Amino acid sequence: MYAGKKVTRVDAYDKAIGRTRYTDDLCDKSAYIARVLHSTIAHGRVVSIDTSEAEKIPGVVKVFTCFDVKEKHYFPTAGHPWSTDPEHQDVADRLVLTEEVRFYGDDIGAVVAEDEVSAAQALRAIKVEYEEYPFVLDVQEAMKEGAPQIHKEYPNNILKHTAIRKGNYEEAIKEPGLTKVEGWYDTPTVQHCHIENFICYAEMEGDRITVTASTQIPHIVRRIVGQALGIEWGRVRIIKPYIGGGFGNKQDALYEPLCAWLCMQLGGHLVKLDIPREDTFVSNRVRHAIRSHIISWVRPDGSYAARKLEAFSDQGAYASHGHSIVAKGAGAFPQLYPCDNVEVDAYTVFTNKSVAGAMRGYGIPQAMWAVESHTEDVAVRMGMDPIDFRRKNLMPVGYVDAFSKNELYDDTFNQCLDKAMEAIDYRRKFKEYQNQTGDVRRGIGVSVFWYNTAVWPISLETSSCRMVLNQDGSCQVQLGETEIGQGADTAYTQMTADVLGVPLKDVHVVSCQDTDVTPFGTGAYASRQTYTAGFSIRRTALLLKERILKYAHELTRMPEYNLDIVEGNIVRTTDGRILMSLGELSTEALYSLTNSQHLSAESTSQIKSNAYSFGCTIAEVEVDIPMCKVKLLDIVNAHDAGTLINPALAEAQVHGGMSMGIGFGMSERLIFDEKTGRALNNNLLDYKLSTFMDHPRLKAVFVENAEPTSAFGTKALGEPPACSVAPAIRNAVYQATGVGVNEAPVNPHNLFRRFTEEGLL
Amino acid sequence: MYDIKALYEAESVEHAVRLLIEHPEAQIIAGGSDVLVQMREGKRAGKELVSIYGLDEMRGVSFEADGAIRIGSLTSFSHITRDPIIKEHINVLGEAVDMVGGPQIRNIGTIGGNTCNGVTSADSASTLHAWDAVVEITGPNGVRRIPIHDFYIRAGVVDLKPGEVQTAIIIPKIAYEGYHGHYIKYAMRNAMDIATTGCSVNVKLSSDKKVMEDVRIAYGVAGPVPMRAPQAEAEAKGKTVSGGNVKAFAETVLKDINPRDSWRASKEFRQHIAVVLAERALRESIRLAGGEIDE
Repeated sequence: MYAGKKVTRVDAYDKAIGRTRYTDDLCDKSAYIARVLHSTIAHGRVVSIDTSEAEKIPGVVKVFTCFDVKEKHYFPTAGHPWSTDPEHQDVADRLVLTEEVRFYGDDIGAVVAEDEVSAAQALRAIKVEYEEYPFVLDVQEAMKEGAPQIHKEYPNNILKHTAIRKGNYEEAIKEPGLTKVEGWYDTPTVQHCHIENFICYAEMEGDRITVTASTQIPHIVRRIVGQALGIEWGRVRIIKPYIGGGFGNKQDALYEPLCAWLCMQLGGHLVKLDIPREDTFVSNRVRHAIRSHIISWVRPDGSYAARKLEAFSDQGAYASHGHSIVAKGAGAFPQLYPCDNVEVDAYTVFTNKSVAGAMRGYGIPQAMWAVESHTEDVAVRMGMDPIDFRRKNLMPVGYVDAFSKNELYDDTFNQCLDKAMEAIDYRRKFKEYQNQTGDVRRGIGVSVFWYNTAVWPISLETSSCRMVLNQDGSCQVQLGETEIGQGADTAYTQMTADVLGVPLKDVHVVSCQDTDVTPFGTGAYASRQTYTAGFSIRRTALLLKERILKYAHELTRMPEYNLDIVEGNIVRTTDGRILMSLGELSTEALYSLTNSQHLSAESTSQIKSNAYSFGCTIAEVEVDIPMCKVKLLDIVNAHDAGTLINPALAEAQVHGGMSMGIGFGMSERLIFDEKTGRALNNNLLDYKLSTFMDHPRLKAVFVENAEPTSAFGTKALGEPPACSVAPAIRNAVYQATGVGVNEAPVNPHNLFRRFTEEGLL
Repeated sequence: MYDIKALYEAESVEHAVRLLIEHPEAQIIAGGSDVLVQMREGKRAGKELVSIYGLDEMRGVSFEADGAIRIGSLTSFSHITRDPIIKEHINVLGEAVDMVGGPQIRNIGTIGGNTCNGVTSADSASTLHAWDAVVEITGPNGVRRIPIHDFYIRAGVVDLKPGEVQTAIIIPKIAYEGYHGHYIKYAMRNAMDIATTGCSVNVKLSSDKKVMEDVRIAYGVAGPVPMRAPQAEAEAKGKTVSGGNVKAFAETVLKDINPRDSWRASKEFRQHIAVVLAERALRESIRLAGGEIDE
């Protein structure tokens, strides 16, 4: 068995020595270089673009403007599987270049040049004339009557509003003796900051176009490029090499459609579009900033009588992933702490800001910031221990969600809390840090999180796999579920080796997806890779094994049911004798003069299940009150991600998610200028992504309750680690100082404001 | 790929001066950690560059005949931090420049570039101001020396005339002998950041360690250029080493400084932090000088 072992990543060596080739390494040097011209107003219309000076610059091939887009093929960008039901299709509101400007940084033109320098010079030489409209940046301002309208089809800028009603909230709050706890909680706009900026290149062969892109979702991008160009989807080929991170930003069609369009305008010449970091912040995708308003009515024994959540999600200028984000958090609200009387209203609202899309956690980090900050506020108000209060109200074992049919099979929350508390010595520290005085104080805080694996039943869940046996008995494995740094290829290798019965070294997962060759699959998102791919790997490996054993029967005359494949050998199960190696069998199969066979298998699994994946964070901080600074002293995440396929990679995944959570909780925020709508800190100096020096040693602990719905007992671990970190830090600061910071991040600016308000300064 | 019109490599200081006269539009480049970033942003795109990076004569730390410490302008931050002369006599400067960016930047970035860039947030600048540093400038008319305070004209502009190169930074003996200092960089993260406010304080105590014979304080990001806080210095000078006097000194800085309100930080926040830093940096300086604060 290889599953459960800390085997080395299959791509570790190449990545460590720098041999791995990414999109930019693969692009031929003959490529034209494209750069995007972005709007310098937040809302309005492009009246004219003067490209005459830019066209004169030596090396400039052509300058395109929004007025060159004659065929207007509006397309959706979200990396969701396509829905054949028009009601459920994503909003098609983008053009490759637009005359209507909806945010500062919108795509209004593009320069194509022979080299980067002339492209940059040309970009600076273009003059744009606009008609300006009023703009709106705040999500609740945008909903008011008379606010600037961003898309005429959406009155009050509301992309979507959904509601959940359970029991009778209005009646329930009349119960005598209830305590009302109310709070507003805000999360900021943040960006993924993957190491490799988005990059792609496009070229034509015949009447087909190939786009090589740094994407998480090649098959989805093929469809979107087809839609954007107005051509048959089969004429589009997307190749996805190794990528330097995605975190959801690349779960969207970013600039593949524009690059393909430019290539077609230039007769199919190779065009490369390498997005600078500054543009990545503004004109790719960001995390939805969500403002939440929670009211809880609590009985004296600490149980909830009624609860209410209103959530306002800042979509930015275009629909992208849209309402799915806040809807996921809103759906979690009644589940995490079940209560008989609940009202939830979730709104997704357009503003004239950068477009929000998918980002690690998909609405749950925002929801947990609100819910777990509020939970702490309630516990403090009721004079209850924060852990005991949570244990009392958390989703109980055996809980089944009516919609997803997800069931909490095991006592996950209590097990995770126990493990995390032990790992960080919680009880001692919590007691020690009560009622401190002085300038420098310590605190320890907890947050749990809700998450579910995959997207069933909201969306299609399918995975296809192909396995091909080589002469030596090794095999290639192909899947549509992509390696984006998380280690998926290694997990697939382990799974395949176990089911097929071959040594690890004999499994070659083809890392690169090519939509001409790779079986259909929707890509990497929703923390679903090991879960969904697991089904098709298992099915395909069993299918291949069956064919191999059938052939072995013909060679050995032994009944198939007395044969097995063990560590790459055909073994007779009755006495354990090795009859031949898989390599011998395969060589014979391929070169036989009497019975030549190409042993391969391919299958699709449709996955009509989903799985809860829960856990918690505990963080310990030291707060220097006069300095308005928080030092993170210690932090632990505990997860029940089911059976771990590779504990080392699981730990690494948790570390990465914790790091994102630390930035989200303590320092990151994309700031927009109130006067112009321009992003002010769209670079890695002014945008305070946290560094190694801001991290303590990150601890990850696991509870391994095998998930019964899963092919390998696994469930989500990609996104969960980022979900509970920020509120745990906030709650630790609360214990240390008695001051709750409801607006993330807990950075010096917000602490200065709150400490001043509370009289600590 | 950078938009560079031409690159001229100087072979000596004299040659650099000549190249700058021949190419009056040219920009001097040393380590490039500021200039190349600006070129990429388009601010200095298409410029000619005169590189002085190969001039080893402008590298290193040494004593001058009168005991002044001479730091060649091309000396890198990491060199300064590890230099034995700096460690012994003005350790705070080594600590301050060790807070610049990250390790790679500290290997390539130079103290000359840090000051010639003319920005208020430079980690070396407040300490050099607080230690009465003198800037040596070599030009077509020979060598001139001016106090660092006069070198900074306004944000982003320093006193370099056509054909001039900053060749060294000098700390006179009188400025360092008997002084002990501490620098606090206040930034939003612990690495790869610029100062929200930087504060460098040093103190000279009486022989019995009871009196602050001299106190000097300088800030980065408390105004458009690095600045001293003279009223606060006057407040503390000659006073006994006591908690009350340290506090009075710290509060007086508000009379001197003029931080701006910006999206990077509010004026109120910077003022608050400036006072906290002044108190903490003086306390630490007194401790380093062997003093004990009478609370």
